[in-house]
Amino acid sequence: MKHFSLRYKTYGEHSILIEWPQEINELILADILRFKSAIIDSNAYENVQLNHAYTSLLLVFNAWTVSVEEEILKLKALYGKIIIPNNSTFTIWNVPVCYSDEFALDLETVALEKKISKNDLIKLHSDPLYTVYFIGFLPGFLYLGGLRDQLHTPRKTEPRMSVDKGAVAIGGGQTGIYPTQSPGGWHIIGNSPLRFFNAHSIIPCFAKAGDKIKFVPISLIKYNEIKILVDADDYEIESEVRDG
Amino acid sequence: MVKIIKPGFYTNIQDLGRHGFQHYGVPISGAMDQNASQLANALLNNNRKDAVMELTMTGPSLQFYKNANICVCGADMTPKLNDRLISMNSVIPIKKGDILSFGKLNSGFRAYLAISGGFQTVEIMNSRSMFDNISTETKLLKNDEINYLEHQEPSIRPNSKIRQGVFSHESDSIDVFKGPEFEFLSRSQRDVLSFQKFTVSKYNNRMAYQLEERLQNIIKPIITSMVLPGTVQLTPSGQLIILMRDCQTTGGYPRILQLSDSAINKMAQKTTSNYFRFKLIDDTFLTVVE
Repeated sequence: MKHFSLRYKTYGEHSILIEWPQEINELILADILRFKSAIIDSNAYENVQLNHAYTSLLLVFNAWTVSVEEEILKLKALYGKIIIPNNSTFTIWNVPVCYSDEFALDLETVALEKKISKNDLIKLHSDPLYTVYFIGFLPGFLYLGGLRDQLHTPRKTEPRMSVDKGAVAIGGGQTGIYPTQSPGGWHIIGNSPLRFFNAHSIIPCFAKAGDKIKFVPISLIKYNEIKILVDADDYEIESEVRDG
Repeated sequence: MVKIIKPGFYTNIQDLGRHGFQHYGVPISGAMDQNASQLANALLNNNRKDAVMELTMTGPSLQFYKNANICVCGADMTPKLNDRLISMNSVIPIKKGDILSFGKLNSGFRAYLAISGGFQTVEIMNSRSMFDNISTETKLLKNDEINYLEHQEPSIRPNSKIRQGVFSHESDSIDVFKGPEFEFLSRSQRDVLSFQKFTVSKYNNRMAYQLEERLQNIIKPIITSMVLPGTVQLTPSGQLIILMRDCQTTGGYPRILQLSDSAINKMAQKTTSNYFRFKLIDDTFLTVVE
């Protein structure tokens, strides 16, 4: 597998933006994450903050130690030396979701519109293994890839002023979980009792880019049980590591 | 500690922000005008990272319970100590029982109150900056009490003072660099950006400043990518939005311009109906293709 053709741009006074071809796919994500790791491991970049999205990687420097042209040359050289491993492992997180009427405010409307049963919709939503591409929009909001085409639904024309914390929703070609109460224009089909962001924890988000998410349908009773444990900091999220 | 007697319009605690957590979706936050906040800290010989109180439009009324030195920089909100006018941009010693209050806003929009040693509020994710769902409060309320360190009277009274004019925030020229999607703008759009006067709309806050004037948009939406404070976005309907300190870490609108650090500080002193022009600095823009 060869490397991608990248573009390096300055972004403001002290940042470099690296852009991949503009497509959302896992090969690009894996390449971005490899480059990110290589930059961190190289130790040549001490005071740099790194962030990435679907097709780009951003390096924010505190100050230029050398010229920006030299920084870019260093990065290009580093990218050229990255070895693509033959195999890799990834973590799958089991995220419990209650699709009951209490939470699934838009489930019935969306199912009707798609001409499928509510149960079929739940199955279509919870079957896939979703890939975590990055975290953005809100602290702890996971950008997930892998929503079945059938479930793509244009955003609501009138967003809700308030969507519950934990709401599991579909918007456009994406699905996600609102980590906090927030205004939202996506269709709400369930709720997860997990905590997706904790500012006081050493690991504020349990999931990271490259991980996978599996939505596990649960009953309302189970939801309440898990919620009590989560609130008491006593719930351990199920996960497994698999070869990729 | 200091007690809030009257909270003012929007008073909150800020420092230089939360760095290193953007990949969790956590905004950087931090003082809106860091030129002013840092000047206040510097005059008090504080650490750069010490927390200050950010005052917006109308200042609070505060009562101090321990001796300290304070300094007020940024917008002129007619600061008074025990009802007597005090100088901006100077070290002001305060004694237990003193009351700091503010009056008419004469210029700018945000002022910064620094205190010797900084305000001692809780640090969350390496910062004292208030932000929804991270700090317990997003602004200071009546009767809130904020801690600070007791200041021992020094043998030499500092007389540091800076003339306000040197740091004018009234300039209507906002320095910008080309943003990542600037290359997709047409010649005429670039001309409009360079020559037109722009006005801050009533939709402005710590997250973003929307502008009144629209720019016809021919750029297609971008795949969600990173944004920075100071990024100017162009929405599908032609709205121009300048992202500020509390902005989200990612966005799906084209990023056509990027404010310089000092321009963000200047913008922070503007409010509804204020106008400005963009000044494009294009010598440092670089695109290198692999």
